Amino acid sequence: MTEHDQHEGSSELSETQLRVRALETVLTEKGYIDPAALDLIIEAYETKIGPHTGARVVAKAWRDPAFKRALLDDGSKAVRALGHESRVGDHLVAVENTPARHNMVVCTLCSCYPWDVLGLPPVWYKSAPYRSRAVKDPRGVLAEFGIKLPASTEIRVWDSTAETRFLVLPMRPRGTEGWSEERLAQLITRDAMIGTGLPKRPEEVA
Amino acid sequence: MDGVHDMGGMDGFGRVEPESNEPVFHAPWEGRVLAMQRSLGYAGAWPIDASRFAQEQLPPRTYLSASYYQRWALAMERNLVERGYAGADELSAGHALRGGKPFARKLTPDLVKDGKEGMTRGSFYRQAQAPARFRPGDRVRTKNIHPPTHTRLPRYARGRTGVIELVHGCNVFPDTMAIDKGDNPQWLYTVAFEAKELWGPDADPTLKVSIDAFEPYLEPA
Repeated sequence: MTEHDQHEGSSELSETQLRVRALETVLTEKGYIDPAALDLIIEAYETKIGPHTGARVVAKAWRDPAFKRALLDDGSKAVRALGHESRVGDHLVAVENTPARHNMVVCTLCSCYPWDVLGLPPVWYKSAPYRSRAVKDPRGVLAEFGIKLPASTEIRVWDSTAETRFLVLPMRPRGTEGWSEERLAQLITRDAMIGTGLPKRPEEVA
Repeated sequence: MDGVHDMGGMDGFGRVEPESNEPVFHAPWEGRVLAMQRSLGYAGAWPIDASRFAQEQLPPRTYLSASYYQRWALAMERNLVERGYAGADELSAGHALRGGKPFARKLTPDLVKDGKEGMTRGSFYRQAQAPARFRPGDRVRTKNIHPPTHTRLPRYARGRTGVIELVHGCNVFPDTMAIDKGDNPQWLYTVAFEAKELWGPDADPTLKVSIDAFEPYLEPA
């Protein structure tokens, strides 16, 4: 409760915590859920499932043209073939950034996000400012992330209105020739795979 | 439904504020809510579309002021009570006052550890009932529909002309799933629109926006 109160600082949210505890107790007593399974799900999202999975996918695509083609052709199949601990659902589509086109992903209706490869979405992705503006003023949104693209670059926003999930394949930074997948993966941020960021520059990683 | 959840293109919500070094959960209860939802989904309690619809039916003031996982919890309570899995009296009491209504299956620690069942999204693909009506490159117009129930056609993209870009196969239809009228499989397409078609002549000329649209949302243009 303390941690929670520190973050939100309101008694209303302490009420949320009590309410959620009540909910879990009722569902457990009715035999619907197993609290030990809840613990493991939470642990998986805290320790195993995250943007490092997507980063490995992107790094491999940067190094391996055949994998890149397979990824762009059928994202789910290509990622599943890598055998990650987080199995990927059926509906992953990878979209490629090029000098001519920058991709950005949003869900205006709720907060759909490619959990399998990026983990749980950050708060800003689920927030009203992002959901409302990404489809109308993406350059303004990008500016708030410190990103300024050339005026001539086409911006393509993918609104995730069904169960399809989109992963942005960012452009490989110059000066990374010969880098291993592990080293390349360090350049690839979560935001770069949402399209609200760019990969780090080579000099930013050790 | 034309609710506040359908935010695309609205003004006035302010800046996007990324949080540096954001934790996975901001409080332990958030993880419990997520994991409960996962468990109930595995049990087959109700489809994800019904979770979304329940959130959309929250009073607008509640929807806008609640956090993401608070909305999940409120929607979960609503579905539990409406579907007879728990009573409002039990949720208030914080204890079961009656026996449960059994589910076909239960998510156990072994299944989560195994990583195959509990942690993977199910497939939304279904057998096609008819050939796809549209092909990539076809010009289509979205219908101007305003169902009072759940739909995945956002307001900003209704009555607009775009181009079919991808054909995703036949998928469960959220509009019927959300109201317990079956999976009613429909072809799903990515439809791309020029920004000026959506936002008028002053729109960013370099912007294109796509939605994923089910065939019943579309007509030939």
